[in-house]
Amino acid sequence: MTTRLRLGLLVAICLVLVGLTAVVVVRSRSVQQEQLASAPTQPTVSLAAVSTGPRIVFRNMALGPNYGQVAVVPLADPAGARVLTSLACDRVFATAVRTLCLGSDRGLVTTYSATVYEDATDAATPIPLTGSPSRARLSGDGTLSATTSFVAGDSYASVGFSTRTVVTTLANRTSVALEDFRLIDQGRKVSPLDRNYWGVTFAADDDHFYLTVAFGGVTHLASGRLSTRTVQTVRTDAECPSLSPDGTKVAYKKRGDRGPGDWRLAVLDIASGRETELSETHSVDDQVEWLDGSRILYGLPGQGTAAAESNVWVVNADGTGTPTVLIAKAWSPAVVR
Amino acid sequence: MYLSERLRADSTETPAPATALRDRVAPTVILLGLVSLFTDISSESLSAVLPLYLTAVLGLSPLAYGFIDGLYQGVSALVRILGGWLADRADRPKWVAFAGYGLSAVTKIALIPLHGFAAVTAVITVDRLGKGVRTAPRDAMIAASTPAHALGRAFGVHRALDTAGAAIGPLVAFAILFWVPGDYTSVFVASFAAAMIGLAVLGLMVPDLRPRRAGARTAQAAEEATTKPDEQPTTKPDAQATARPDAQATAKQDAPSSRVTPSLRTMTRSGMGRLVAATALLSVLAISDGFLYLSLQQRDDLAATWFPLLFVGTNVAYFALAIPFGRLSDRIGRAKVLVAGHLLLVGAYLCTAGPVGGLGMTLLTLLLLGAFYATTDGVLAALTSTLVPTEVRGVAIATTQTVVALGRFASSLTFGVLWAWLGRGPAVLTYAVLLASAIPVAWWLLAGLRARGGQAASGTAADGTAASGTAASGTAP
Repeated sequence: MTTRLRLGLLVAICLVLVGLTAVVVVRSRSVQQEQLASAPTQPTVSLAAVSTGPRIVFRNMALGPNYGQVAVVPLADPAGARVLTSLACDRVFATAVRTLCLGSDRGLVTTYSATVYEDATDAATPIPLTGSPSRARLSGDGTLSATTSFVAGDSYASVGFSTRTVVTTLANRTSVALEDFRLIDQGRKVSPLDRNYWGVTFAADDDHFYLTVAFGGVTHLASGRLSTRTVQTVRTDAECPSLSPDGTKVAYKKRGDRGPGDWRLAVLDIASGRETELSETHSVDDQVEWLDGSRILYGLPGQGTAAAESNVWVVNADGTGTPTVLIAKAWSPAVVR
Repeated sequence: MYLSERLRADSTETPAPATALRDRVAPTVILLGLVSLFTDISSESLSAVLPLYLTAVLGLSPLAYGFIDGLYQGVSALVRILGGWLADRADRPKWVAFAGYGLSAVTKIALIPLHGFAAVTAVITVDRLGKGVRTAPRDAMIAASTPAHALGRAFGVHRALDTAGAAIGPLVAFAILFWVPGDYTSVFVASFAAAMIGLAVLGLMVPDLRPRRAGARTAQAAEEATTKPDEQPTTKPDAQATARPDAQATAKQDAPSSRVTPSLRTMTRSGMGRLVAATALLSVLAISDGFLYLSLQQRDDLAATWFPLLFVGTNVAYFALAIPFGRLSDRIGRAKVLVAGHLLLVGAYLCTAGPVGGLGMTLLTLLLLGAFYATTDGVLAALTSTLVPTEVRGVAIATTQTVVALGRFASSLTFGVLWAWLGRGPAVLTYAVLLASAIPVAWWLLAGLRARGGQAASGTAADGTAASGTAASGTAP
């Protein structure tokens, strides 16, 4: 082959490849634009307007212009029409008085934010957040918030993600990083350098809490106290705990002998230490929420191409029954009783 | 974690044209630089969106992504030496590299129909295998197409183009996602297209270099010019090397190497042992970027907020300095620049360890880190190429790069322990002191290497009589 022929061939290949990419991108955009045009924008209301009565607050996952916005359904009719708010969050949690919203602003450099909204006034208070949002919780009376985010590079000996968990007292906006707390494992103070904390759930006294702490490649369910600044491991293989409304049980996801990224749900009776695996057979990656004293809510991705449209499922907390979809096209549910 | 696997992120930098150099840098080097540029656009556009894709679309947790990412980084070091060995053995570095680039290109298109953790893991593993295979043959080709006195600049040009691609990749990916939100398939198609363009440039435009055969030919010519008919050149190769005219010393394909077969002994007898020892010593004291960024982050919130931009800052500095430092290494000696570059790293440590934070200190740290890469990554490949016979060049380059990777991995582990034990500042300072005291030792090791045979002129003339002048001057005794 002559140099000229090679050069010609190279130019032709480049043109074909660039053209192919352009066609794919442009076609994909026009399809998306059509979908947007055909899906009418639903009216939205302010958060304060819908913050009344028992309800479930969640992230709307129906593809369209309102994707990612916070929505509300009455607790009595979860499958009914949702009211959309103008607030967009990646992860949302709500109590009777406040709503915690973890958001991200996607751009060439994505920035992240955590904001607490007063339901009565819509007043916004920013709280610290570093990295992409993962878990959000408020204490029952809304005085404490806990956020978990993934911080790129915040890891030891390996590349990859690591978590940062911060608890904030909202009244005076003081934050503590749980990494600074004393960590007790099997009765001894330890400070493993690869420790990571995530998924806080608060007890009713605004002092005790449960969370996940991982080190040495093992995840642990741990209990902590804000007043003594301690975290103590309880048992291994338990992530993203969620305390039941009466504080006697804690639900979490666990890996067992499955591969990485493959979790099942389980509920632990705190007093007896008995663990019950739930009947959901899919892998669940979520911090679950209790619908009431006997049922829990969690999100699962939609089937096939609708993976981005996750659904909120409900299952009995005693290992019986069959899971069913409670709220379609929803994520990050918070039950306000 | 790895020296040659610099952490990268999106960036706003654009590639500066290398027009000023084009008349002097071999076309093959520019072409290989373009191959790397397109391949890096491809792979970095993918790694920029993979965390989003896996977590947002496939529903994997970021922790599961962390697992994949570790895999991503680890696999390529293993097969690197294999790639170098294959290229040397077959004397076909272009086609070994082509296989590596091709393997990675094919995986990009495979991502479109595949879903789920296992499939994505498999695809990424294959992609990294390809990266491991192609690195050493590519560097061997750069060395084979460049005269010894200009190797530092040649590698500098290649690394600058490579870094530019790494910066453009994420920009392409995010531009597509910005324009067509959530359309990862388009990103995969673009990534595949970029990989194929790189592959086409390699396949069509890069000459099929046969370094060993060319070396043999050069050596033969040299012999015919210098030996008397009654002498038997093959019996005393070292004497032969010293006897030939030093005008030939610029060719790396010197006489004795033409007759050696690729073997461990060939490689080690030419001072590789000293280079490996010095490289290992320096790299076990090189704290990974990740740790330094983390250290900056812990000191002030500024670095924490702008975390993604820290990678960009280092890359911009590396991009800007790769060619100047490459040229400097040609002029004053590669071993000198390589060792002195670690002084810049000591400087970066001191900036990081101090109690005073702020924008200026952070920028200075990034500048020093980028300069450190510019004085070490390409320069090490250049130095290795001049040190060993052509027959084992691929394996030798792969070896030093793997030593760096392993050294840095060991460094991460020990530094992590030290951090927990002493705290952030004292741990970094300890490493600064250790590295500062290791630098004279490395200097001595590599100075010995210079005394043995001239660090760039004629690597295998092992008895010290051959060359002592610097490569740039082109003079010899």
